[in-house]
This record gives sequence, C-alpha cells and structure tokens, in this order.
Amino acid sequence: MKENTKTGECNRREFLAKLSIALSGIAGALVAIPVIGSIIAPLFQKRQEVWRSVGAVESFEIGATVQVSFIDASPLLWAGITAKSAAWLRRVGEEEFIAFSVNCAHLGCPVRWIAGAKLFMCPCHGGVYYEDGSVASGPPPRGLYQYPVRANNGQVEILASPIPITTT
Amino acid sequence: MRILKSTMSWLDDRTGLITSMGSIMRHPVPPGSAWFYVFGSATLLAFLVQVATGIALAFMYVPSSGEAYQSLQFISNDTTIGRVVRGMHNWGASAMIALVFIHMVQVYLFAAYKYPREMNWLTGVVLLACTVVMGFTGQVVRWDQTAVWSIIVAAEQVGRVPLIGTSLAHFVIGGETIGGATLSRMFAYHVFIIPGLIFIFIGFHLYLVLRDGISEPPEIGKPVDPKTYRDTYEEMLKQKGVPFWPDAAWRDVVFGCSVIVAILLLAIIVGPPELGKPPDPSNLDALPVPDWYFVFYFALFALMPPELESYLMVGGPLVLGILLISLPFISNRGERSPLRRPWAFAVVVFAIMAISALWAIGISSPWSPHFDAKPLTAEVIGVTSGHIYEGGQLFNDKGCLYCHAISGHGGQRGPDLTDVGSRLSSNELTWRIMNGGLNMPAFGGILTSDELSKLVAFLHSRRKP
Ligand code: FES
Repeated sequence: MKENTKTGECNRREFLAKLSIALSGIAGALVAIPVIGSIIAPLFQKRQEVWRSVGAVESFEIGATVQVSFIDASPLLWAGITAKSAAWLRRVGEEEFIAFSVNCAHLGCPVRWIAGAKLFMCPCHGGVYYEDGSVASGPPPRGLYQYPVRANNGQVEILASPIPITTT
Repeated sequence: MRILKSTMSWLDDRTGLITSMGSIMRHPVPPGSAWFYVFGSATLLAFLVQVATGIALAFMYVPSSGEAYQSLQFISNDTTIGRVVRGMHNWGASAMIALVFIHMVQVYLFAAYKYPREMNWLTGVVLLACTVVMGFTGQVVRWDQTAVWSIIVAAEQVGRVPLIGTSLAHFVIGGETIGGATLSRMFAYHVFIIPGLIFIFIGFHLYLVLRDGISEPPEIGKPVDPKTYRDTYEEMLKQKGVPFWPDAAWRDVVFGCSVIVAILLLAIIVGPPELGKPPDPSNLDALPVPDWYFVFYFALFALMPPELESYLMVGGPLVLGILLISLPFISNRGERSPLRRPWAFAVVVFAIMAISALWAIGISSPWSPHFDAKPLTAEVIGVTSGHIYEGGQLFNDKGCLYCHAISGHGGQRGPDLTDVGSRLSSNELTWRIMNGGLNMPAFGGILTSDELSKLVAFLHSRRKP
C-alpha cells in the first residue's frame, strides 16, 4: 500500500511538472505569436501594384530615354522621400513606351543611362547594359527588368510594383 | 568614512554583492598572460562605449524613414556635442570590429578554443556575427543615400537564396519597396534585437571565462588532453596562479583606456563620416560604397565569376559559418602553441593577405565606370580640329572615357589606351570597337560608320612618344 502511495505521489509530481512545462510553453507561445507575427508581417503583404502617371505623352521625345520618378504603390504616411521610385522611360512610338527598372539585375544598384554611349552603366561592380536592356558586360546575370507601362488618356502610366529581386 | 564603511558592510551583509564581486575580481589566473590577453576586454569596452553613445544618439535621432535624415543633419551640424557623440559611435564601431577580429585571431593562434573552452569559441562566433550585423545595420540607420542602396544590395544578396529568396529580400526591406517600414525595422534590429543578443552572449561568454578560467599561454610540448586538462589546470592555478585584480587586470585597464582615448580623439579630430545625399531612391546619382569594414566583401562581388555568383553569395557565408562553428570540434586536443601549428599560422596569414588585397582593390574599384572622369582636353588630344579631334570628342561623348584612360584621364576598367596606336592597327581597333569582348560592350550598333572612323583615327594617333 505504501509502495502504491509512492507511485501515486510520483505520478502526481510528474503530472505537475509536465503541467507546468506545458503551461509555460503555452504562455510563451501566446506572447511569441503576435510578436513574431508583427516582425514577419511584411512577408504576408499582398503584392501592391498601382498605375502611376509620370507625365503627358507629348512631353516625351520619341527615341529619347529619360529618368522619371513616381510614388510607390502604397506608401506609408511617414515614408517621406523614401516613397519615391524611379524608372528609365523611353518613348519608342506614338503611344508606345518602354520603362526599365533602375535597379541593376546584379545587386540592385542604380544604373545610369549614358545617352552618348546608348548604354546603361552600373556604378557598383561595372555592369553594363545595351539600349534594349540586355547585358553588355560585367557581372549582371540577366538583362534589366522592365515595368509595365501604358499610355492612358494622354498620360504615360507606369505600374508601380515591387523592386525586382534577381533569384537563383 | 565610518558611515561609508558601515553602509558598505550593511550592503554586503544584505546582498553579498561586494564579497562575491571581490572574489570574482581576485580569482586566480595563470601567470604570464602578458599583453596578448587584452583584446577580449577591449572589445567589451568598445561595446560599452557603443551602448553609451548609442543611448545618447537615441535622445536626438528620429527613427522615421521620412525624418531620420533631418535629425542626423541636426546631430551632425547643429550641435557640437552631437557631432562628437556620433563620431564616437562611428569610431567605436570601427574599434569594436577591429578588436573583435584581433581577439579572434589571437584565440585561434593560441588555440584557446580547445578543450574545455569549445563553448567559449562558439559564443564568440555568435558575438562576431552580431558585431557584423551591427556594423551593417549601423551604416543603414545613418539614413542617407548610401544607406538606401545598401539595403537594396543586401536584399538582392539574400534574394539569391533558393526558393525563399524573394521573401527574405522583402523581409530585409520591410516590404516590396524601400519605404516607411524600412528604417523602423533596421532601427529595431540595431537598437533592440542585436544588442539584446550581444548582452546575452557576452554574459554567457564571461560566465564561461570564469567557469573554465582563461587559457594559460601555450607552451610547446604541453598538449591539451581532455582526460587530464582540468586537473592540471587547477593544480597550476593553485601553485602559480595570480589574482586577476590587479595583477592581470591592470593591462586590460591600460589598453582599454588607450582605446577610449583613441576613440574620443578620432571623434573630435576626424569626426563622424559625412552624411551623404538624402535617402531618395529616385535620385540615381549615387555611388554606394560600404563602410571600410565591408569594402573587401563588396570587392568580392565585382570579382566573382558570374556563373558561380549565386552559389558563392549564399554558400560563402554559410561555409565560413560552418567552418568557424566546427573548428573546436575538429581539433579540441593536442598542441596549442602556434609554433607547432604552422597551418594555423598559414590560415591567418592567408586570410589577412586575401582581405587586404580585396580591400586595396575595393578602395580603387577599377571595375566601376568613372562617371566623373574629366573629358579629354584639346591639349591631350593634341589637335584642335579635324578627324582626330572629333574622334577625341567622341571618346568623351560615347562613354569610352568612363572605362579607358588616356594620358591619365578616365576610368580603369578597360586597358589604358594612351599608346594603343602602337599596339593595334586601324583594322584591329575597328574590329574591337564593333564587336566588344572581354567585358567591353559591342559598339557596332551604337556608332555610325562616320563616328567609328573618326574614333579609330583618334585612337590610332595615340602612340608611344
Ligand atoms: S549592382 Fe550593378 S554591377 Fe553589381
């Protein structure tokens, strides 16, 4: 009988230990879920895309490549100037445009259009792209990304979308 | 005096702090530790300087994407003390990075990571990683143009991780574009998360130092044997140990004070790094260069073969981390003296040489086009009109100058063309310009045939005197 009580106590003790561990785990999780959730929230954002006007169609010369800037798809109120993005815009026809991302396809540095050379050049590691955005030299693994662009009611509109990320 | 004494003894009676601090400070350490052992404590000191100056900066800094730049301008330009504090925070960071690296090299060379101090090495590796992340996030919360592009470059790097790359990149940026969330997140890493980890791991690191004692200076012919090490060490301490305070600690104090004085002097004389342009992602007139401690890594990106790049970008740091973590398990016994471990010496020499070489080349960045190269003057061209002169102008206008130098003007990416006329014929020149090759774009579709012949005439006139 004594033996039994002992095992009983042992069971009770074991149960209490397990109960305490489990409760602590649950309490920890209850705090951790909202905390971690708020930290990884950007991963669950819906993809943001908005057409942004960058100027009247006539204000662009056919054949010329110029820098345009626009506001990101859904900027936070305190973003200030960081809400801005840029693109290299070329008018190729009456109503036809091409908009290149300014982010080098290598590691995202801002490429510059060198009008005389008809090349995009990257200041970081020497990536160079031809007029059509294809790689001319240097480390970029692919050509420049493009933004969707359209002429709408006499305005040129660029689809403000995420920074292009080159993946493997 | 009496009151002070009785207060102290009351405090000690009720808390025990003074006695236990005293015994910790006076714990026996091996004799002869010399100056090699000061780098760990100096790293800790540099960290404490960072904490103190960081708190001071937090009193003035606004961690908002839209306003941080103005607050930094205020700190740097409108307040004397703010400028000094920012300077100390900057030079303290440099000191911490340099010291943590020297500390690691010293521990490695003395093989102090061997039994029973494996966990000390591992906590050190975590602290090293935290320090590097602090360096990066610190450069980023200096919220100027370079900061913005640095985040994008970092996001593009993690973007190369297979499968989850894009998510990781968005995690770094705090969304799909640079914006309001970006700086708040970087601030939270830099000010709460990583310093919190550093505090925890420094505590762990120091606890282990006290528990296992600092390693005795290595001696040839006294290999580490896990079976007997602890006993021998205890015995040695009993016989020859000296109290840490003040026998060994005075060196830490002297070196630590010099580090602090150096940080302060640099902060006053050199000051903090200049703020760059505002953090406007639509201003493309940017030349993002990382702070000195990342320049060698930056250089690596320009030099990696593009086909292997993704593997190296992701695999490189991974392999390095695995190597550092497995080191004390690969060799946790045997000789400790660097004189008996020539390969350890070789590893250090090789690492230092490789990093220095990458550094040197990273600073000059010969692969970057020189956008601000001064156009060739008529004097350099040698004539003031005609084909050759016009060719010289084309050399300026068509971007050749950004990558090729002539008589000291221009970039370094491509070969120097000062006397290319002595090396190549007109036909060869034409062919190269048309077809490009070896990192040179093909200009066939860019130049008219008239322009091409003028450019060739100009280049052909570049001869050895
Ligand atoms: S980011 Fe453009 S070449 Fe590396």
